[in-house]
Amino acid sequence: MLTARGMLRPKQVCLRKGGLIVSSRSRVPHLGESFLRQDAPAKVTGRERYAADYYAPDMLWAGVRQAGVPHARLKAVRTEAARAVPGVVAVLTHRDIEGSNRQGVVRRDQPVLVDDKVRHCGDAVALVVAEDPQALARGIAAVELELEPLPGVFDPEEALHPEAPLVHEDHPHGNLLLEGHLVKGQGEAALADCEVVVEATYHLPRQEHAYLETECGWAVLENDGTLKITASTQTPFRDRAEVAEALGLELERVRVVAPFLGGGFGGKDGVSVQSLLGLAALACPGRPVKMWLSREESFLASPKRHPVRIRCRLGADRRGRLQALVVDALYDTGPYDHLGGVVMTLGLEHAGGPYRIPHAELHTRAVYTNNPVSGAFRGFGVPQVVAALELTLDRLARRLELDPLELRRRNLLRPGEQSPAMVSMPRAMGLAECLERVSTHPLWAQRRQWKAAAPRHRLRGVGLAVVMHAVGYGPVVPDEGRAVLEMDPEGRLRVYCGVADMGQGNASTYLHIAAHLLHQPVEGMELVMPDTARTLPSGSSSASRTTFTYGVALAEAAHELKARLLVRAAARLGAEPGELELAPGVVRARDGRAEVPLAELVRDLSPEERRVETYHRAPVSQERPSDDPALQLHGLPHCVYSFGVQVAAVEVDRLTGQVEVRGFLTVCDAGRVLNPQLLEQQVQGGVAQGLGYALWEDMPSEEGRIQTPDLATYLVPTALDLPDMETLTVETFEEAGPFGAKGLGEMPTGGVLPAVGAAVADACGLEAVVYPLTPERVLMALEESRAA
Amino acid sequence: MQLEFVLNGRPVRLETAPDQRVVDLLRGELGLTGTKEACGAGECGACTIVVDGVTRLACLMLAAQLQGREVLTIEGLAAEGRLHPLQEAFVEHGAVQCGFCTPGMVLAARDLLQRNPRPDREEIRRGLSGNLCRCTGYQKIVDAVAAAARRLEGVEQ
Repeated sequence: MLTARGMLRPKQVCLRKGGLIVSSRSRVPHLGESFLRQDAPAKVTGRERYAADYYAPDMLWAGVRQAGVPHARLKAVRTEAARAVPGVVAVLTHRDIEGSNRQGVVRRDQPVLVDDKVRHCGDAVALVVAEDPQALARGIAAVELELEPLPGVFDPEEALHPEAPLVHEDHPHGNLLLEGHLVKGQGEAALADCEVVVEATYHLPRQEHAYLETECGWAVLENDGTLKITASTQTPFRDRAEVAEALGLELERVRVVAPFLGGGFGGKDGVSVQSLLGLAALACPGRPVKMWLSREESFLASPKRHPVRIRCRLGADRRGRLQALVVDALYDTGPYDHLGGVVMTLGLEHAGGPYRIPHAELHTRAVYTNNPVSGAFRGFGVPQVVAALELTLDRLARRLELDPLELRRRNLLRPGEQSPAMVSMPRAMGLAECLERVSTHPLWAQRRQWKAAAPRHRLRGVGLAVVMHAVGYGPVVPDEGRAVLEMDPEGRLRVYCGVADMGQGNASTYLHIAAHLLHQPVEGMELVMPDTARTLPSGSSSASRTTFTYGVALAEAAHELKARLLVRAAARLGAEPGELELAPGVVRARDGRAEVPLAELVRDLSPEERRVETYHRAPVSQERPSDDPALQLHGLPHCVYSFGVQVAAVEVDRLTGQVEVRGFLTVCDAGRVLNPQLLEQQVQGGVAQGLGYALWEDMPSEEGRIQTPDLATYLVPTALDLPDMETLTVETFEEAGPFGAKGLGEMPTGGVLPAVGAAVADACGLEAVVYPLTPERVLMALEESRAA
Repeated sequence: MQLEFVLNGRPVRLETAPDQRVVDLLRGELGLTGTKEACGAGECGACTIVVDGVTRLACLMLAAQLQGREVLTIEGLAAEGRLHPLQEAFVEHGAVQCGFCTPGMVLAARDLLQRNPRPDREEIRRGLSGNLCRCTGYQKIVDAVAAAARRLEGVEQ
């Protein structure tokens, strides 16, 4: 029962057995059925070319000298010795940068190469270009840095002290990057009137993305002056603007291409190697330059999930009706904004969850430190606050001796009601149904029997958590897609993938949508990957938006192209467009009496008619929970949310402290399901990262130095660590999304940690506040409670 | 040094530095970029190849160690343009997301099925535990390997 297989079996798997041809390509796929990923055959044979896979005989290698100290004034960079290393072609410093030498998404506070001072160990100080990786390594080692150490600030609370060293002297609010404060009803004061108040302060770890493909790419300065950068990036269009500004180039000169990524999860939501590659290529005209961070360099330099400290106080009456909530969250954002302000603001919006609480005071701060950079990571500030709220709700349930599911049920918002963050819940909200599904599911309904059957020395527990996650950008930054769909002169369809595919499969979904609406097999369709010279700006691969936003634009394009084809075919066949339909390779009369092949029909269309461009901007919330324009700019609030309930069944080993996850259920409302197999992929992958977050993954930093520098010390779950997971869906229809769908990429990560925490508490009474729940931590807590 | 070995069924002879890592030789010199590198330290399994029938990590081997050996990379698995049943199962069962672990995972699974043609799910998990995947949570990979095992058994019967 506990390892039940996924319920969403593909309705039709149409791959012919034994052949290279994936035969689903030759039939017209429907939306709502499992449609095999079209990128899979090239990936499974090793043919797919990622940014890391480019090699050329005249290719140069670039790499950086990382600072290695957390805070220091840069007095000098001496490059003579490095330049003298055989095979070294160029050694570049901030002096070689003609632009602003600053990058960042909101606040451009991160140098390409350090000029004034080092702000964390992973800062790039000098860029070396060499003929081969060996010469590159020698060159990097030969760069001499003269650094004057500065006192650092490593604790976000200390960072807010007036005497604390400043990470950015020019920031008007000192080390406070951004603060959000929402008060609903009487706010904190209402706690005093509550019959029951529970509280806890949680410490959640820094989590590393650990995508398999570390940051990489290659660049070349072409003969016409174009700087072409191919990179493993979630954000080619934003990169283009950042690189141009940082390096002092006209936007038109920079071209960014984004092939399939070898994983991203938010860690490639922003510039990593792009400007460095550009700088290297500018210094070595005509020769391609490649850069590919080692795992250790990647761990040191890349942004992480924000470590947080969250104090949560929750008041209710004795019947379990929530009355007041006070949340105070401190996000350690490291030395650069990156996306820290936006992450924190999304946390603020979700801090009260989807619950009816008349009085709330939500306070979140993102604070600069000299720790590793924090930024976007699947969930984007939300898993932290969901953990705090849900674990505190669980405490309340125990205090009131209430069923934790029943406690949620009593307080769940209905569509149109306002959350503690004063945001209205959307019409498409299947959360109550998700809870109902959980309540009758064996994992939950039979938990007492399962617990009673625990083996010797093992304690079993089952816990749940509710999660919601906003879809798309906030009200200010336009969440837009510009789709392009084209029929080439031979009648073949070309689908422009405007948003990077970091592995979630949106490129395949775009083919799926086009094929479905135009009644064509995907076989023979061409997919154009994101490229600032070919596709149109359609935003980042992030915010659970890749299908949600671009899918609508693409569907509109498909409808328009279809209309044009039918009009032309009607003229040819002497019929009305309404009497015609598209079928594989042809437009035909519905009664089957006449047809015209697309390859022929296309000759009647001008090049302009063969190409359709559409624009779609996702709707934005008109609500203003706060008058603070900075919070609006940073994304507060949203109007579309995905929802879920997650259940963990765990076994705690009394002798070792090890927590084993024996079963995991996610019941989710992601709107209409376009492709059950891809939905399951997203849920399972998201849960896996959530389980890592709950149980193993931690990148502590001591005085700004990370203590888990590689995959031998930073523990990513293996196949042996994870259970079989079950995924169920409650389908709703979201009017803003394509065909009723919402985004799903992030939500499944959000409730995992609190579900596991609740399960552990259920198993052994341990109300943990420090995560991850490593065996050491659990064992010590068990021993302490035994001693007590 | 003059290096001679058999690569995906074809003899290869080339001049190379003996201490070049095999992953660099395959990717950089021979253009076989299906063998991925993700840690360079034997932690992740992305560079898994098969040497004389045994899975090896190409980031921990040096070119000279290939002398006279028979090497299989992911590019050599789809013989005559037909996907290997494992590759087919990975596609069908949705075991591929970003795909960067996939080549190594497929070769590790092949090795497992050669040693144990009828593994249960736990044995599959154990057999793949040296290969990290960050996208899938492994479940669909286990599904794919179990399905491929059934298919391969059927072929052999």
